Amino acid sequence: MNEEQIRLVILDILDKIAPDEDLTDLDDSQPFRDQMELDSMDFLDIVMELRKRYRVQIPEEDYQNLVTMDSTVTYLLPLLKDVESPA
Amino acid sequence: MQYDTIIIGAGLSGLAAGIRLAYYDQKVCLLERHTTIGGLNSFYRLRHRNYDVGLHAVTNYAEKGDRSKPLNKLLRQLRLSWDDFALCPQIESSVVFPDCTLRMTNDFELLRSQVSESFPDQADGFNRLVQSIDEFNPFAETEGYLSAREHVRKYLTDPLLENMLFCPILFYSSATPNDLDLRQFVIIFRSILQEGFSRPQEGIRRILRVLVKKFRGEGGELKLRTGVKRILEKNGAACGVELDNGEILEGKRVLSSAGLIETQRMCEEPFVEEKAATGDISFVESISSLDCAPADLGHHGTVVFFSNQTDFRYERPNTPVDLRSGIICSPNNYQFDEPLEENKINITALADHEYWLNIGDEDIYQQAKQEYSQAIIENAINIVPDFRDHIIDQDVFTPRTIKKFTGHLNGAVYGSPTKQLSGTTPLDNLFLCGTDQGFLGIIGAMLSGISMANAHCLK
Ligand SMILES: Cc1cc2nc3c(=O)[nH]c(=O)nc-3n(C[C@H](O)[C@H](O)[C@H](O)COP(=O)(O)OP(=O)(O)OC[C@H]3O[C@@H](n4cnc5c(N)ncnc54)[C@H](O)[C@@H]3O)c2cc1C
Repeated sequence: MNEEQIRLVILDILDKIAPDEDLTDLDDSQPFRDQMELDSMDFLDIVMELRKRYRVQIPEEDYQNLVTMDSTVTYLLPLLKDVESPA
Repeated sequence: MQYDTIIIGAGLSGLAAGIRLAYYDQKVCLLERHTTIGGLNSFYRLRHRNYDVGLHAVTNYAEKGDRSKPLNKLLRQLRLSWDDFALCPQIESSVVFPDCTLRMTNDFELLRSQVSESFPDQADGFNRLVQSIDEFNPFAETEGYLSAREHVRKYLTDPLLENMLFCPILFYSSATPNDLDLRQFVIIFRSILQEGFSRPQEGIRRILRVLVKKFRGEGGELKLRTGVKRILEKNGAACGVELDNGEILEGKRVLSSAGLIETQRMCEEPFVEEKAATGDISFVESISSLDCAPADLGHHGTVVFFSNQTDFRYERPNTPVDLRSGIICSPNNYQFDEPLEENKINITALADHEYWLNIGDEDIYQQAKQEYSQAIIENAINIVPDFRDHIIDQDVFTPRTIKKFTGHLNGAVYGSPTKQLSGTTPLDNLFLCGTDQGFLGIIGAMLSGISMANAHCLK
Protein backbone atom coordinates (compact mmCIF):
# COMPACT_ATOMS: atom_id res chain seq x y z
CA MET A 1 0.00 0.00 0.00
CA ASN A 2 1.13 3.53 -0.60
CA GLU A 3 0.50 6.51 1.64
CA GLU A 4 -2.85 7.39 0.10
CA GLN A 5 -4.10 3.82 0.39
CA ILE A 6 -3.07 3.61 4.01
CA ARG A 7 -4.87 6.87 4.66
CA LEU A 8 -8.06 5.39 3.23
CA VAL A 9 -7.68 2.33 5.43
CA ILE A 10 -7.38 4.53 8.52
CA LEU A 11 -10.41 6.54 7.47
CA ASP A 12 -12.33 3.32 7.05
CA ILE A 13 -11.31 2.18 10.54
CA LEU A 14 -12.26 5.54 12.06
CA ASP A 15 -15.60 5.36 10.33
CA LYS A 16 -16.19 1.93 11.83
CA ILE A 17 -15.24 3.05 15.34
CA ALA A 18 -17.09 6.34 15.14
CA PRO A 19 -19.87 5.83 12.62
CA ASP A 20 -21.63 9.14 13.25
CA GLU A 21 -18.55 11.31 12.93
CA ASP A 22 -18.10 13.45 9.82
CA LEU A 23 -14.56 12.78 8.61
CA THR A 24 -14.59 14.82 5.40
CA ASP A 25 -12.90 17.82 7.00
CA LEU A 26 -10.28 15.88 8.93
CA ASP A 27 -7.03 17.83 9.16
CA ASP A 28 -4.24 15.30 8.68
CA SER A 29 -1.72 17.31 10.65
CA GLN A 30 -3.88 17.71 13.77
CA PRO A 31 -4.46 15.10 16.49
CA PHE A 32 -7.49 12.88 15.90
CA ARG A 33 -8.57 13.50 19.46
CA ASP A 34 -8.90 17.25 18.89
CA GLN A 35 -11.21 16.71 15.96
CA MET A 36 -13.37 13.84 17.02
CA GLU A 37 -14.38 12.19 20.22
CA LEU A 38 -12.01 9.28 20.75
CA ASP A 39 -11.48 7.80 24.18
CA SER A 40 -8.87 5.25 25.16
CA MET A 41 -11.24 2.38 24.32
CA ASP A 42 -11.67 3.72 20.79
CA PHE A 43 -7.96 4.26 20.49
CA LEU A 44 -7.24 0.67 21.39
CA ASP A 45 -9.64 -0.25 18.60
CA ILE A 46 -7.53 1.49 15.95
CA VAL A 47 -4.60 -0.68 17.00
CA MET A 48 -6.75 -3.80 17.21
CA GLU A 49 -8.39 -3.23 13.83
CA LEU A 50 -4.96 -2.94 12.20
CA ARG A 51 -3.96 -6.18 13.84
CA LYS A 52 -7.18 -7.88 12.76
CA ARG A 53 -6.95 -6.71 9.17
CA TYR A 54 -3.22 -6.78 8.42
CA ARG A 55 -1.63 -8.72 11.25
CA VAL A 56 0.52 -5.74 12.20
CA GLN A 57 1.51 -5.75 15.86
CA ILE A 58 1.93 -2.27 17.30
CA PRO A 59 3.70 -2.28 20.66
CA GLU A 60 2.29 0.03 23.32
CA GLU A 61 5.38 2.29 23.26
CA ASP A 62 4.62 3.09 19.63
CA TYR A 63 1.04 4.28 20.22
CA GLN A 64 2.35 7.85 20.30
CA ASN A 65 2.93 7.56 16.55
CA LEU A 66 -0.79 7.24 15.97
CA VAL A 67 -1.76 10.71 17.10
CA THR A 68 -2.43 12.42 13.77
CA MET A 69 -3.26 11.05 10.34
CA ASP A 70 0.13 12.19 9.00
CA SER A 71 2.12 10.52 11.76
CA THR A 72 0.02 7.37 11.55
CA VAL A 73 0.59 7.02 7.82
CA THR A 74 4.33 7.66 8.20
CA TYR A 75 4.56 5.06 10.94
CA LEU A 76 2.55 2.43 9.09
CA LEU A 77 4.13 2.85 5.65
CA PRO A 78 7.13 0.56 6.24
CA LEU A 79 4.88 -1.98 7.99
CA LEU A 80 2.26 -2.08 5.26
CA LYS A 81 4.22 -1.35 2.09
CA ASP A 82 4.14 -5.00 0.98
CA VAL A 83 0.48 -5.47 1.78
CA GLU A 84 -2.10 -5.34 -1.01
CA SER A 85 -4.53 -2.46 -0.83
CA PRO A 86 -8.05 -3.65 0.00
CA ALA A 87 -9.63 -1.30 -2.54
CA MET B 1 -6.52 -27.65 21.38
CA GLN B 2 -6.03 -24.49 23.39
CA TYR B 3 -8.43 -21.55 23.65
CA ASP B 4 -7.13 -18.00 23.80
CA THR B 5 -9.73 -17.17 26.45
CA ILE B 6 -12.20 -19.31 28.38
CA ILE B 7 -15.07 -17.30 29.83
CA ILE B 8 -17.07 -18.64 32.77
CA GLY B 9 -20.72 -17.56 32.63
CA ALA B 10 -22.94 -16.46 29.74
CA GLY B 11 -24.55 -13.56 31.58
CA LEU B 12 -24.37 -10.05 30.19
CA SER B 13 -20.74 -9.50 31.15
CA GLY B 14 -19.53 -12.82 29.74
CA LEU B 15 -21.40 -12.31 26.49
CA ALA B 16 -20.05 -8.80 26.00
CA ALA B 17 -16.48 -9.89 26.77
CA GLY B 18 -16.92 -12.81 24.39
CA ILE B 19 -17.98 -10.55 21.53
CA ARG B 20 -14.93 -8.34 21.94
CA LEU B 21 -12.53 -11.26 21.96
CA ALA B 22 -14.18 -13.20 19.15
CA TYR B 23 -14.35 -10.05 17.03
CA TYR B 24 -10.59 -9.73 17.36
CA ASP B 25 -10.15 -13.30 16.18
CA GLN B 26 -9.49 -15.00 19.49
CA LYS B 27 -10.56 -18.57 19.97
CA VAL B 28 -13.12 -18.03 22.74
CA CYS B 29 -15.24 -20.50 24.63
CA LEU B 30 -18.13 -19.26 26.74
CA LEU B 31 -19.22 -21.80 29.36
CA GLU B 32 -22.61 -21.63 31.04
CA ARG B 33 -23.86 -24.08 33.64
CA HIS B 34 -27.52 -23.21 33.19
CA THR B 35 -29.62 -24.38 30.24
CA THR B 36 -29.90 -20.87 28.88
CA ILE B 37 -27.99 -17.58 28.69
CA GLY B 38 -28.57 -14.38 30.63
CA GLY B 39 -27.61 -15.23 34.22
CA LEU B 40 -29.17 -12.72 36.60
CA ASN B 41 -31.06 -11.18 33.74
CA SER B 42 -32.65 -14.01 31.90
CA PHE B 43 -36.11 -15.14 30.82
CA TYR B 44 -38.37 -18.13 31.02
CA ARG B 45 -41.79 -19.38 29.96
CA LEU B 46 -44.33 -20.53 32.48
CA ARG B 47 -47.91 -21.61 31.80
CA HIS B 48 -47.69 -20.10 28.28
CA ARG B 49 -46.55 -16.73 29.51
CA ASN B 50 -43.19 -15.02 29.02
CA TYR B 51 -41.30 -13.81 32.07
CA ASP B 52 -38.18 -11.71 32.36
CA VAL B 53 -36.10 -12.48 35.41
CA GLY B 54 -34.33 -9.28 36.12
CA LEU B 55 -35.42 -6.61 33.73
CA HIS B 56 -37.17 -3.69 35.34
CA ALA B 57 -35.38 -1.09 33.34
CA VAL B 58 -32.34 -0.76 31.16
CA THR B 59 -30.39 2.10 32.72
CA ASN B 60 -28.13 4.64 30.95
CA TYR B 61 -30.64 5.74 28.34
CA ALA B 62 -29.05 7.78 25.57
CA GLU B 63 -30.39 9.08 22.29
CA LYS B 64 -28.94 7.76 19.08
CA GLY B 65 -25.80 9.65 18.13
CA ASP B 66 -24.96 11.03 21.58
CA ARG B 67 -21.44 9.65 21.36
CA SER B 68 -20.07 10.42 24.78
CA LYS B 69 -22.77 8.46 26.61
CA PRO B 70 -21.88 5.03 28.08
CA LEU B 71 -24.67 3.25 26.22
CA ASN B 72 -23.39 4.42 22.86
CA LYS B 73 -19.78 3.66 23.74
CA LEU B 74 -20.84 0.18 24.66
CA LEU B 75 -22.68 -0.31 21.38
CA ARG B 76 -19.67 0.92 19.45
CA GLN B 77 -17.35 -1.43 21.28
CA LEU B 78 -19.64 -4.34 20.45
CA ARG B 79 -19.99 -3.16 16.83
CA LEU B 80 -23.74 -2.94 17.28
CA SER B 81 -25.98 -0.18 16.05
CA TRP B 82 -28.26 1.86 18.27
CA ASP B 83 -31.32 0.23 16.74
CA ASP B 84 -30.19 -3.28 17.65
CA PHE B 85 -31.49 -3.07 21.23
CA ALA B 86 -34.68 -1.25 20.14
CA LEU B 87 -34.86 0.71 23.38
CA CYS B 88 -38.04 2.62 24.21
CA PRO B 89 -37.79 5.32 26.87
CA GLN B 90 -39.74 5.16 30.13
CA ILE B 91 -42.92 7.13 30.82
CA GLU B 92 -42.21 8.38 34.32
CA SER B 93 -40.75 6.96 37.51
CA SER B 94 -40.89 8.16 41.08
CA VAL B 95 -39.54 7.88 44.58
CA VAL B 96 -42.39 7.77 47.07
CA PHE B 97 -41.82 8.40 50.79
CA PRO B 98 -44.33 9.35 53.49
CA ASP B 99 -45.71 12.78 52.55
CA CYS B 100 -43.26 13.31 49.72
CA THR B 101 -42.94 12.15 46.12
CA LEU B 102 -40.20 12.96 43.63
CA ARG B 103 -41.01 12.30 39.99
CA MET B 104 -38.39 11.62 37.38
CA THR B 105 -38.12 10.98 33.65
CA ASN B 106 -35.19 10.73 31.27
CA ASP B 107 -35.03 14.51 31.42
CA PHE B 108 -33.04 15.19 34.58
CA GLU B 109 -34.40 18.73 34.81
CA LEU B 110 -37.72 17.32 36.04
CA LEU B 111 -36.04 15.82 39.11
CA ARG B 112 -34.13 19.05 39.69
CA SER B 113 -37.32 21.08 39.67
CA GLN B 114 -39.09 18.50 41.84
CA VAL B 115 -36.34 18.81 44.42
CA SER B 116 -36.52 22.59 44.48
CA GLU B 117 -40.31 22.48 44.80
CA SER B 118 -40.42 19.95 47.63
CA PHE B 119 -37.17 21.01 49.34
CA PRO B 120 -36.72 24.73 48.64
CA ASP B 121 -34.01 25.12 51.25
CA GLN B 122 -32.05 22.21 49.73
CA ALA B 123 -32.24 23.34 46.10
CA ASP B 124 -28.95 25.15 46.11
CA GLY B 125 -27.17 22.29 47.86
CA PHE B 126 -28.69 19.81 45.41
CA ASN B 127 -27.40 21.80 42.44
CA ARG B 128 -23.94 21.86 43.96
CA LEU B 129 -24.15 18.12 44.63
CA VAL B 130 -25.03 17.54 40.98
CA GLN B 131 -22.14 19.72 39.93
CA SER B 132 -19.77 17.73 42.14
CA ILE B 133 -21.07 14.54 40.52
CA ASP B 134 -20.60 15.97 37.03
CA GLU B 135 -17.02 16.83 37.85
CA PHE B 136 -16.15 13.57 39.57
CA ASN B 137 -14.20 10.91 37.70
CA PRO B 138 -15.33 7.56 39.11
CA PHE B 139 -12.81 5.67 36.99
CA ALA B 140 -9.73 7.40 38.35
CA GLU B 141 -7.55 4.89 40.16
CA THR B 142 -8.00 5.71 43.80
CA GLU B 143 -7.62 3.36 46.72
CA GLY B 144 -9.94 2.60 49.57
CA TYR B 145 -13.59 3.08 50.36
CA LEU B 146 -15.17 6.53 50.09
CA SER B 147 -18.57 6.89 51.75
CA ALA B 148 -21.22 8.29 49.41
CA ARG B 149 -23.33 9.37 52.39
CA GLU B 150 -20.50 11.51 53.69
CA HIS B 151 -20.08 13.15 50.32
CA VAL B 152 -23.80 13.87 49.94
CA ARG B 153 -24.01 15.33 53.46
CA LYS B 154 -21.55 18.02 52.43
CA TYR B 155 -24.33 19.39 50.22
CA LEU B 156 -27.64 18.26 51.70
CA THR B 157 -28.84 18.73 55.26
CA ASP B 158 -32.33 17.26 55.00
CA PRO B 159 -32.21 13.52 55.80
CA LEU B 160 -35.49 12.94 53.95
CA LEU B 161 -34.07 14.19 50.67
CA GLU B 162 -30.85 12.29 51.29
CA ASN B 163 -32.79 9.05 51.82
CA MET B 164 -35.01 9.68 48.82
CA LEU B 165 -31.93 9.96 46.59
CA PHE B 166 -30.21 6.95 48.11
CA CYS B 167 -33.32 4.78 47.83
CA PRO B 168 -33.26 4.16 44.05
CA ILE B 169 -29.47 4.12 43.93
CA LEU B 170 -29.09 1.52 46.68
CA PHE B 171 -31.96 -0.58 45.36
CA TYR B 172 -30.48 -0.70 41.86
CA SER B 173 -26.88 -1.37 42.69
CA SER B 174 -25.68 -1.80 46.21
CA ALA B 175 -24.02 -4.88 47.64
CA THR B 176 -23.40 -2.98 50.88
CA PRO B 177 -26.08 -1.96 53.41
CA ASN B 178 -27.33 1.64 53.65
CA ASP B 179 -24.32 3.27 52.03
CA LEU B 180 -22.09 2.58 49.07
CA ASP B 181 -18.79 3.61 47.62
CA LEU B 182 -18.82 7.14 46.21
CA ARG B 183 -17.48 6.00 42.84
CA GLN B 184 -20.36 3.60 42.41
CA PHE B 185 -22.83 6.19 43.69
CA VAL B 186 -21.67 8.58 40.97
CA ILE B 187 -21.93 5.93 38.25
CA ILE B 188 -25.43 4.93 39.32
CA PHE B 189 -26.62 8.51 39.92
CA ARG B 190 -25.73 9.23 36.30
CA SER B 191 -27.10 6.01 34.92
CA ILE B 192 -30.52 6.09 36.58
CA LEU B 193 -31.24 9.66 37.61
CA GLN B 194 -29.46 11.65 34.90
CA GLU B 195 -29.62 9.30 31.90
CA GLY B 196 -32.68 7.27 32.84
CA PHE B 197 -34.60 4.17 31.88
CA SER B 198 -35.66 2.36 28.75
CA ARG B 199 -36.70 -1.12 27.71
CA PRO B 200 -36.92 -3.09 24.48
CA GLN B 201 -40.46 -4.02 23.54
CA GLU B 202 -39.48 -7.70 23.79
CA GLY B 203 -37.66 -7.28 27.07
CA ILE B 204 -34.31 -8.87 27.86
CA ARG B 205 -34.79 -11.53 25.16
CA ARG B 206 -34.07 -8.92 22.54
CA ILE B 207 -30.76 -7.87 24.07
CA LEU B 208 -29.63 -11.43 24.73
CA ARG B 209 -30.54 -12.55 21.23
CA VAL B 210 -28.56 -9.71 19.66
CA LEU B 211 -25.55 -10.49 21.84
CA VAL B 212 -25.49 -14.22 21.27
CA LYS B 213 -25.98 -13.82 17.53
CA LYS B 214 -23.09 -11.37 17.36
CA PHE B 215 -20.89 -13.63 19.47
CA ARG B 216 -21.55 -16.66 17.29
CA GLY B 217 -21.29 -14.59 14.12
CA GLU B 218 -17.77 -13.59 15.11
CA GLY B 219 -16.84 -17.24 15.58
CA GLY B 220 -17.31 -17.57 19.36
CA GLU B 221 -18.25 -20.92 20.84
CA LEU B 222 -21.04 -21.14 23.44
CA LYS B 223 -21.56 -24.24 25.54
CA LEU B 224 -24.73 -24.40 27.63
CA ARG B 225 -25.30 -26.95 30.41
CA THR B 226 -21.55 -26.83 30.86
CA GLY B 227 -20.46 -25.90 34.36
CA VAL B 228 -16.91 -25.30 35.43
CA LYS B 229 -15.89 -27.35 38.45
CA ARG B 230 -12.29 -26.28 38.80
CA ILE B 231 -9.86 -23.72 37.40
CA LEU B 232 -6.61 -25.45 36.49
CA GLU B 233 -3.34 -23.90 37.56
CA LYS B 234 0.28 -24.31 36.57
CA ASN B 235 3.10 -22.32 38.18
CA GLY B 236 0.80 -19.73 39.71
CA ALA B 237 -1.13 -19.13 36.50
CA ALA B 238 -4.52 -20.30 35.26
CA CYS B 239 -4.18 -22.62 32.28
CA GLY B 240 -7.63 -24.07 31.75
CA VAL B 241 -10.72 -25.48 33.42
CA GLU B 242 -12.16 -28.80 34.44
CA LEU B 243 -15.86 -29.11 33.64
CA ASP B 244 -18.54 -30.69 35.84
CA ASN B 245 -18.38 -33.80 33.65
CA GLY B 246 -14.63 -34.09 34.18
CA GLU B 247 -13.63 -32.88 30.73
CA ILE B 248 -10.59 -30.58 30.57
CA LEU B 249 -10.40 -27.45 28.43
CA GLU B 250 -7.09 -25.66 28.02
CA GLY B 251 -6.91 -21.90 27.76
CA LYS B 252 -4.26 -19.20 27.79
CA ARG B 253 -6.46 -17.26 30.19
CA VAL B 254 -9.70 -17.55 32.10
CA LEU B 255 -12.20 -14.71 32.59
CA SER B 256 -14.81 -15.46 35.23
CA SER B 257 -18.14 -13.75 35.75
CA ALA B 258 -19.23 -16.24 38.42
CA GLY B 259 -18.41 -13.88 41.30
CA LEU B 260 -15.41 -13.39 43.58
CA ILE B 261 -15.97 -16.12 46.17
CA GLU B 262 -17.66 -18.35 43.62
CA THR B 263 -14.51 -18.13 41.48
CA GLN B 264 -12.16 -18.51 44.41
CA ARG B 265 -13.91 -21.75 45.32
CA MET B 266 -12.93 -23.12 41.91
CA CYS B 267 -9.25 -22.39 42.63
CA GLU B 268 -6.74 -24.36 44.72
CA GLU B 269 -5.96 -21.57 47.19
CA PRO B 270 -8.38 -18.95 48.51
CA PHE B 271 -7.40 -15.33 47.83
CA VAL B 272 -9.73 -13.44 50.16
CA GLU B 273 -11.37 -14.21 53.47
CA GLU B 274 -14.63 -15.81 52.53
CA LYS B 275 -17.10 -14.64 55.13
CA ALA B 276 -16.44 -10.90 54.91
CA ALA B 277 -16.47 -10.98 51.12
CA THR B 278 -19.77 -12.82 50.67
CA GLY B 279 -22.70 -10.58 49.84
CA ASP B 280 -25.98 -10.77 51.71
CA ILE B 281 -28.32 -8.37 49.95
CA SER B 282 -31.03 -10.28 48.17
CA PHE B 283 -34.61 -9.87 47.07
CA VAL B 284 -37.96 -11.53 46.66
CA GLU B 285 -39.91 -10.51 43.60
CA SER B 286 -43.61 -11.04 43.08
CA ILE B 287 -44.70 -10.97 39.44
CA SER B 288 -48.40 -10.62 38.64
CA SER B 289 -49.90 -11.12 35.20
CA LEU B 290 -53.01 -8.97 34.81
CA ASP B 291 -56.07 -9.17 32.60
CA CYS B 292 -55.72 -5.51 31.64
CA ALA B 293 -52.96 -2.96 31.24
CA PRO B 294 -51.79 -1.27 34.47
CA ALA B 295 -52.65 2.03 32.77
CA ASP B 296 -56.30 0.91 32.53
CA LEU B 297 -56.29 0.82 36.32
CA GLY B 298 -54.79 4.27 36.47
CA HIS B 299 -51.19 3.22 37.03
CA HIS B 300 -48.81 4.90 34.60
CA GLY B 301 -45.53 4.75 36.53
CA THR B 302 -42.59 2.88 35.03
CA VAL B 303 -40.64 2.24 38.24
CA VAL B 304 -41.81 3.34 41.69
CA PHE B 305 -39.25 3.16 44.50
CA PHE B 306 -40.99 3.44 47.83
CA SER B 307 -40.36 3.47 51.53
CA ASN B 308 -43.09 3.48 54.16
CA GLN B 309 -40.84 5.24 56.60
CA THR B 310 -38.67 8.32 56.35
CA ASP B 311 -35.74 6.40 57.75
CA PHE B 312 -35.16 4.18 54.70
CA ARG B 313 -33.29 1.01 55.60
CA TYR B 314 -31.44 -0.88 52.90
CA GLU B 315 -30.08 -4.00 54.53
CA ARG B 316 -30.67 -7.68 54.99
CA PRO B 317 -33.92 -7.72 57.02
CA ASN B 318 -34.46 -9.92 60.05
CA THR B 319 -37.83 -10.97 58.66
CA PRO B 320 -38.21 -13.14 55.53
CA VAL B 321 -39.22 -10.09 53.50
CA ASP B 322 -38.82 -6.40 54.30
CA LEU B 323 -42.25 -4.85 53.93
CA ARG B 324 -41.06 -1.35 54.76
CA SER B 325 -39.91 -0.58 51.25
CA GLY B 326 -39.83 -1.90 47.71
CA ILE B 327 -39.78 -1.37 43.97
CA ILE B 328 -42.91 -1.53 41.83
CA CYS B 329 -42.24 -1.89 38.15
CA SER B 330 -44.58 -2.22 35.25
CA PRO B 331 -42.93 -3.29 32.00
CA ASN B 332 -46.00 -1.99 30.15
CA ASN B 333 -45.32 1.58 31.14
CA TYR B 334 -42.74 2.50 28.51
CA GLN B 335 -43.27 4.56 25.39
CA PHE B 336 -43.83 1.57 23.14
CA ASP B 337 -45.25 1.94 19.63
CA GLU B 338 -47.54 -1.02 20.22
CA PRO B 339 -48.86 -2.09 23.62
CA LEU B 340 -47.24 -5.23 25.06
CA GLU B 341 -49.19 -8.45 24.64
CA GLU B 342 -48.92 -9.28 28.32
CA ASN B 343 -49.68 -7.04 31.28
CA LYS B 344 -47.49 -7.24 34.34
CA ILE B 345 -46.63 -5.67 37.63
CA ASN B 346 -43.42 -6.73 39.35
CA ILE B 347 -42.80 -5.87 42.97
CA THR B 348 -39.43 -6.38 44.58
CA ALA B 349 -38.59 -6.32 48.27
CA LEU B 350 -35.45 -6.93 50.29
CA ALA B 351 -35.30 -10.45 51.68
CA ASP B 352 -33.43 -12.47 54.27
CA HIS B 353 -31.53 -15.04 52.21
CA GLU B 354 -30.99 -17.34 55.17
CA TYR B 355 -34.70 -17.83 55.70
CA TRP B 356 -35.29 -18.65 52.04
CA LEU B 357 -32.23 -20.85 51.57
CA ASN B 358 -32.87 -22.86 54.72
CA ILE B 359 -36.45 -23.94 54.08
CA GLY B 360 -35.92 -27.65 53.53
CA ASP B 361 -39.42 -28.71 52.66
CA GLU B 362 -40.65 -27.93 49.15
CA ASP B 363 -44.30 -27.53 50.22
CA ILE B 364 -43.39 -25.08 52.94
CA TYR B 365 -41.27 -23.17 50.46
CA GLN B 366 -44.15 -22.93 47.99
CA GLN B 367 -46.48 -21.83 50.78
CA ALA B 368 -44.04 -19.17 51.99
CA LYS B 369 -43.71 -17.84 48.45
CA GLN B 370 -47.48 -17.41 48.18
CA GLU B 371 -47.83 -15.90 51.63
CA TYR B 372 -45.08 -13.33 51.23
CA SER B 373 -46.10 -12.50 47.68
CA GLN B 374 -49.57 -11.58 49.01
CA ALA B 375 -48.01 -9.46 51.74
CA ILE B 376 -45.79 -7.68 49.22
CA ILE B 377 -48.79 -6.90 47.02
CA GLU B 378 -50.94 -5.71 49.94
CA ASN B 379 -48.16 -3.39 50.91
CA ALA B 380 -47.75 -2.03 47.38
CA ILE B 381 -51.41 -1.15 46.90
CA ASN B 382 -50.99 1.64 49.39
CA ILE B 383 -48.95 3.25 46.63
CA VAL B 384 -50.44 2.01 43.35
CA PRO B 385 -54.09 1.21 42.44
CA ASP B 386 -55.44 -2.06 43.81
CA PHE B 387 -54.89 -4.56 41.00
CA ARG B 388 -55.64 -7.75 42.94
CA ASP B 389 -58.94 -8.51 41.18
CA HIS B 390 -57.14 -8.44 37.85
CA ILE B 391 -54.46 -11.01 38.61
CA ILE B 392 -54.67 -13.97 36.25
CA ASP B 393 -51.37 -15.61 37.06
CA GLN B 394 -48.51 -15.16 39.44
CA ASP B 395 -44.92 -16.15 39.93
CA VAL B 396 -42.49 -15.41 42.71
CA PHE B 397 -38.75 -15.65 42.85
CA THR B 398 -36.62 -15.65 45.96
CA PRO B 399 -32.94 -15.71 46.96
CA ARG B 400 -33.18 -19.46 46.49
CA THR B 401 -34.22 -19.05 42.84
CA ILE B 402 -31.34 -16.68 42.21
CA LYS B 403 -28.82 -19.04 43.80
CA LYS B 404 -30.18 -22.02 41.92
CA PHE B 405 -30.03 -20.42 38.49
CA THR B 406 -26.96 -18.21 38.73
CA GLY B 407 -24.82 -19.78 41.44
CA HIS B 408 -24.51 -16.47 43.31
CA LEU B 409 -23.95 -17.33 46.99
CA ASN B 410 -26.77 -16.20 49.29
CA GLY B 411 -28.68 -15.27 46.15
CA ALA B 412 -26.82 -11.97 46.46
CA VAL B 413 -27.98 -10.06 43.41
CA TYR B 414 -25.22 -7.47 43.62
CA GLY B 415 -22.56 -9.93 44.68
CA SER B 416 -19.73 -9.34 47.09
CA PRO B 417 -19.41 -6.13 49.12
CA THR B 418 -15.74 -6.00 48.12
CA LYS B 419 -15.27 -5.29 44.44
CA GLN B 420 -12.12 -6.06 42.45
CA LEU B 421 -12.06 -3.00 40.23
CA SER B 422 -8.83 -4.04 38.50
CA GLY B 423 -10.33 -7.42 37.63
CA THR B 424 -7.09 -9.17 38.57
CA THR B 425 -6.65 -12.07 40.98
CA PRO B 426 -3.56 -13.47 42.73
CA LEU B 427 -3.48 -16.08 40.00
CA ASP B 428 -1.89 -14.92 36.74
CA ASN B 429 -4.17 -15.22 33.71
CA LEU B 430 -7.31 -15.45 35.85
CA PHE B 431 -9.47 -12.34 35.69
CA LEU B 432 -12.89 -11.34 36.96
CA CYS B 433 -15.65 -9.53 35.12
CA GLY B 434 -19.25 -8.62 35.88
CA THR B 435 -20.90 -8.22 39.24
CA ASP B 436 -17.82 -8.62 41.43
CA GLN B 437 -15.47 -6.63 39.24
CA GLY B 438 -17.71 -3.77 40.21
CA PHE B 439 -19.93 -2.59 37.37
CA LEU B 440 -23.52 -3.66 37.89
CA GLY B 441 -26.81 -3.84 36.11
CA ILE B 442 -27.45 -4.74 32.52
CA ILE B 443 -25.38 -1.97 30.99
CA GLY B 444 -22.79 -2.04 33.78
CA ALA B 445 -22.23 -5.78 33.41
CA MET B 446 -21.69 -5.41 29.66
CA LEU B 447 -19.27 -2.52 30.21
CA SER B 448 -17.42 -4.63 32.74
CA GLY B 449 -17.06 -7.49 30.26
CA ILE B 450 -15.81 -5.11 27.59
CA SER B 451 -13.31 -3.29 29.77
CA MET B 452 -11.88 -6.45 31.33
CA ALA B 453 -11.55 -8.05 27.90
CA ASN B 454 -9.77 -4.92 26.66
CA ALA B 455 -7.52 -4.59 29.68
CA HIS B 456 -6.48 -8.19 30.24
CA CYS B 457 -7.28 -10.32 27.25
CA LEU B 458 -6.58 -8.19 24.17
CA LYS B 459 -3.38 -6.29 24.77
C1 LIG C 1 -34.47 -9.54 40.21
C2 LIG C 1 -33.42 -8.75 39.51
C3 LIG C 1 -33.78 -7.55 38.93
C4 LIG C 1 -32.82 -6.80 38.26
N1 LIG C 1 -33.24 -5.68 37.63
C5 LIG C 1 -32.36 -5.00 36.89
C6 LIG C 1 -32.79 -3.90 36.12
O1 LIG C 1 -33.97 -3.57 36.08
N2 LIG C 1 -31.87 -3.19 35.43
C7 LIG C 1 -30.56 -3.54 35.43
O2 LIG C 1 -29.78 -2.88 34.76
N3 LIG C 1 -30.12 -4.59 36.14
C8 LIG C 1 -30.99 -5.33 36.86
N4 LIG C 1 -30.55 -6.41 37.57
C9 LIG C 1 -29.10 -6.64 37.68
C10 LIG C 1 -28.48 -7.29 36.47
O3 LIG C 1 -29.32 -8.34 36.04
C11 LIG C 1 -27.11 -7.87 36.83
O4 LIG C 1 -26.33 -6.88 37.44
C12 LIG C 1 -26.36 -8.38 35.60
O5 LIG C 1 -27.18 -9.22 34.83
C13 LIG C 1 -25.11 -9.14 36.05
O6 LIG C 1 -24.48 -9.76 34.97
P1 LIG C 1 -23.15 -10.59 35.18
O7 LIG C 1 -22.72 -11.03 33.85
O8 LIG C 1 -22.22 -9.81 36.00
O9 LIG C 1 -23.50 -11.83 36.12
P2 LIG C 1 -24.49 -13.07 35.92
O10 LIG C 1 -25.67 -12.68 35.16
O11 LIG C 1 -24.70 -13.66 37.24
O12 LIG C 1 -23.65 -14.08 35.06
C14 LIG C 1 -22.87 -15.10 35.60
C15 LIG C 1 -23.18 -16.40 34.88
O13 LIG C 1 -22.21 -17.37 35.25
C16 LIG C 1 -22.83 -18.61 35.34
N5 LIG C 1 -22.00 -19.45 36.19
C17 LIG C 1 -21.74 -19.28 37.50
N6 LIG C 1 -20.88 -20.23 37.94
C18 LIG C 1 -20.59 -21.00 36.87
C19 LIG C 1 -19.75 -22.14 36.68
N7 LIG C 1 -19.03 -22.66 37.68
N8 LIG C 1 -19.69 -22.68 35.44
C20 LIG C 1 -20.41 -22.16 34.41
N9 LIG C 1 -21.20 -21.09 34.54
C21 LIG C 1 -21.30 -20.53 35.75
C22 LIG C 1 -24.19 -18.30 35.92
O14 LIG C 1 -25.12 -19.33 35.66
C23 LIG C 1 -24.53 -16.99 35.22
O15 LIG C 1 -25.23 -17.21 34.02
C24 LIG C 1 -31.49 -7.22 38.23
C25 LIG C 1 -31.13 -8.44 38.81
C26 LIG C 1 -32.10 -9.22 39.43
C27 LIG C 1 -31.71 -10.55 39.98
